[in-house]
Parts: sequence; C-alpha cells; structure tokens
Amino acid sequence: MASAPRRRRLAVHALFCPCIGFTQESGFPYPAARQTPMAIGIIERTAKDIVLTAQEYTLFAQRAVLNVFRKPLYWTDFLMQCNIIGVGSSAIVLLSGFFTGGVLALQSQATLSQFGATAVTGRFVSTTMLRELGPVLTGIMVAGRNASSMASELGSMVVTEQIDAMRALGVDPMRKLVTPRLYACIFMLFFLTILADAFGIFGGAFVTIFMNHQNGTQYFSQAWEHLRYPDIIQGLVKPLVSGFIIASVGCFYGMRTTGGTEGVGRSTIDAVVFSSVIIIFADFLLTQVLLTFFPPI
Amino acid sequence: MTDTPGSAHSAPYGSGSATEEAAAAEPVVVFRNVSIAFDGPPVLDDISFSVAPGETRILLGPAGVGKSVLLKLINGLLRPDAGSILLFGHDVATMTEEQLFPLRIRTGMVFQEGALFDSLTVRDNVAYQLIQERVADEEIDRRVHEALTFVELDSTFDFYPASLSGGMRRRVAIARALIRRPELILYDSPTGGLDPITSTTIIELVMKQRDVYHTPSLIVTHRLQDAFTLSTHRFDSALGRMAPLPKGETDPNTTYLMLEEGRLIFDGSLHELVHTDNKFVREFLE
Repeated sequence: MASAPRRRRLAVHALFCPCIGFTQESGFPYPAARQTPMAIGIIERTAKDIVLTAQEYTLFAQRAVLNVFRKPLYWTDFLMQCNIIGVGSSAIVLLSGFFTGGVLALQSQATLSQFGATAVTGRFVSTTMLRELGPVLTGIMVAGRNASSMASELGSMVVTEQIDAMRALGVDPMRKLVTPRLYACIFMLFFLTILADAFGIFGGAFVTIFMNHQNGTQYFSQAWEHLRYPDIIQGLVKPLVSGFIIASVGCFYGMRTTGGTEGVGRSTIDAVVFSSVIIIFADFLLTQVLLTFFPPI
Repeated sequence: MTDTPGSAHSAPYGSGSATEEAAAAEPVVVFRNVSIAFDGPPVLDDISFSVAPGETRILLGPAGVGKSVLLKLINGLLRPDAGSILLFGHDVATMTEEQLFPLRIRTGMVFQEGALFDSLTVRDNVAYQLIQERVADEEIDRRVHEALTFVELDSTFDFYPASLSGGMRRRVAIARALIRRPELILYDSPTGGLDPITSTTIIELVMKQRDVYHTPSLIVTHRLQDAFTLSTHRFDSALGRMAPLPKGETDPNTTYLMLEEGRLIFDGSLHELVHTDNKFVREFLE
C-alpha cells in the first residue's frame, strides 16, 4: 500500500495531468515512475511559452513604436492604412454606435421611469457612450475587422515567403508593414471613437423622440449640459491605447505565423481573441487610473 | 571560347586567365564551421565552403536536408547557432538587421515559389527596390522593361502575379532579383515543381546571367538534369539560346556541393562528382 503522503502527492499529480497512464498495483493507481514529472513539465513549458511570448511581444511593439523616429518613413503606406482602417471601418462603427445608443435609451427608459427620471435619458446615454461604450465598442469592432485582416495579411505574406523576399530586397518589414499600421490604427481609432460617440447620442435621441415620445430638446440639452471635460478626456485616451493594442497584437500574430494556411487561420483567431480581451482589460485598468485623476462628482 | 578537349576540367569556355584571377580574388561567400538547429537535431552541422567571384556553385541534396536554410543564412535571413558566414567580406552572423540591409541590396535572391508580392503588378514587383529608392518613374519603367525582356516576359508588365503561370512567376522573380545588377545571386530551387520545358527555360536564364554578366551564384536544386545542364552548356549570345559545350568539356566555374542530413559530404567539380566513391552521392546520382 502507498503511504498517505505519497497518495496525496499522486492525487495532486493526477489532477494536473489526468491523461497519464496509471498502473494498478496494490489497489491504488500509481503513475509509472518515468511519467511523474510530466505535469510539472507541461506547466513549466506553458509558463515559459507565456513569458517568451510576452517578451517577444514587448520587443516587437517597442520596435514598431520607435521606428517612427528612424528613416525611411513610409507615409504612403500610413495614409493607405488610414484609409483601410478609418474609412473602411466607419460604417460598422457608425452603425454599432447608433444602435448601442438606441439600446441604452430603451433600457434606461424602463428603469428611469420607475423613478420619474426619464428626463435624464440624454445625460445617461451621452455620459455612458463617451466614457465607456464608445471607446470599448469601437475598439472591439475595429479589432474584429482590422486585427484579423492584419494577422491574416501578414501571416499569408510570411508563409508565402513574401516577408523574407522583402527583407532580401533590403526593405525592413517592420518599418514598411508594421509601423504604418500601428500609427494609422491609433490615429484613426481616435476619430472613429468620436464618430461612435456622436452616433450613439443620435441613436439614443432617435429612440427617445420617436419611440419613447419624449422631448428631443430636453434630451440634447441634458446630454450637453452635464458633459464635463474629464468625461471627454477619458473617452479619448482609451482609443489611443485600444488602437495600439489592435495593431500591435494583429501584426505580432501575423508576423509570427507558422504552419502554412492553417497557421494563418490560427494567427487570425489569436489576434482577434487576444486583442479584444486585452482591450477590455486595458479599459478596466485605464478607468481605474483615470478615475483617480478625475474623480466622479 | 577556348577549345581544349580532354578532361572535364581542362577545357573551359572563357579565358583561363580570368579563371585564375577569379580564384585568386577574395571569395564572395565564405562559410566557416556553420551550424544551425531548430528545436531538434542540427539542420546544418559544421558546414564550410566558399563561393569565388564568377563562380556558380550548385547545391545538391534530397528534400529536407537544409539547402534552403543554407541559402537563407548567406544573406542573414537566418542566423547560425555557430560558425561564421562572410558575405562580401562582412560577417553576417554578427551583424544587426539594420547593418544587413545594404549587403542584401547587393545580393539577388530567387525564392522557391517566386515569393512575388501578390498585391502589386509585375512592374511594381520587379521594380520594388527601385521604388523604395525613389528612382524616377521613367527610369523605373525603362529598367523593368529591360529586366522583363531579359526573362522574355515583357508582355506581362501590367499583370498581377495571380494571372501568371508558375514558370512565369519564377521568371518574374528572376527579373526582380536581377534588376539592380546584384553582385551575387541566390537561386532557391528555381525549377522546383515545373515541367521540363519551363525548367529548361529557367536554367537557360540562369546560364545567360552566368555567361553574359559573370555574376557569382549559388543554386539550390535537387534536379540533377538542371545541374548537369549548367555544367555542360553555355549561353550563346549570338544565337540567343544555350548551346552544348564540345564533348568532354564542362564549365570550370560551375562546381558542386552536396548535403546529406545537414552535413556537407561533397565539394568539387562535375568530374569529381561523377567519379566520387561516396556511397550517398553515388546513390543520389543513380
């Protein structure tokens, strides 16, 4: 029979690694002696992979940012990316902003009417859109559209050796492909967020006036009068960070693609998932920090 | 052309003094005890060889022995784990990516599948380097036409790579590699996956570059027929096509390397290759 501490040890081991083979000796499932370090090995490898990926991402993002201080600068590529990211995403950002504002007005109507406070719908919608939903929604929508396109485009270039060809032709792919995308994304997300905020307020107004049959002037005056500069600053700092996350994560996963077309698919999924999650996490951290600087009245 | 029939070595076309000068000059590429591995056993293990000015080296070996890896090490697309690689006298193994770009501009590389930029036209692909250097449009057009004429594809000037056949893509890739008149050309399986007629066209272009411009090159291939054709033929400028050398003659500046499981097992001339006792080489040739 195995001793009690040994049993505990084996039970813990089995928890971490349920897939390993057990031997049926003495009425207790023992893992084979040579398989004992497997769970630790898996944890160690995973931890190392995570640390290595974080390190690679940091160096990658740092290089992409600092390239703007070195020549050559690819202005044409920057403008082209501004068009793809900014103009190309404007329709989805506009629509998602409009309907989010509308939903906010619909939902708030139900709650605020219980307190006889439907008059503050405009204030509620504008503050929520500007401070939180505008930046986060825009970030996630643009991540879905552009982080995926960056990862798949660059990933395809990697697997078809176009990135190597570019390097062989004496052109730095980081400067030519990554840096313009990064700055274009930061620059355009700022304006896309303003667009989403504006259309969110219009969406709220549409619902308030035409569906809730309230006074439009009251809605807009509430929306305008209670806005403070800290609200606007909060709302416009966040897209700068989101833009950085979308482009850096999208390009990072694209540039480290391996494994042919299947690898391109994997990179695309990783880029969208990680950029979306990081945007929400960064939003949480930023809100904490900004609320310290601009406490609510 | 010097006609001295006899041994495979003794009858070069081109002047003998040029060959001697080339041999005396500093090598374009030098590999010294180079090794590289990717999460496993070494892909290349203790490789040493050199490429002299005007020399064409053909790297033979079955698929997966590290031929393409070796080629990418030359211009710093990959870094070795051990050893040194001199390209034009500079140790690329110790240089930063920034420092490597000027060296890469002096080197032309033809990738296995062409690696053309699929969002750009043939004109923009071929002129990629010139566009980055902000050369005037008229000058770019003139040089692109010249390069495309060299590969006999001038009619594809405005086409996109997607509308080209596999062979045409390789030829456009050759035009892109040659447009800046490189001092070294690296061909990564330029005829891989192509039909025999198209392969011959590509080999003829490689030969034309070798015999007209005397550019040193390293050619990766596993097709013996292509490799031997390069030794037994020359490009006849008057005829505008390749012609066989007189019987028994081979090009002395075209020599061979062979890899087996990451190790260099042969380095020598065609004559030495076909007469070697190495069992693996003999099996490969047979």
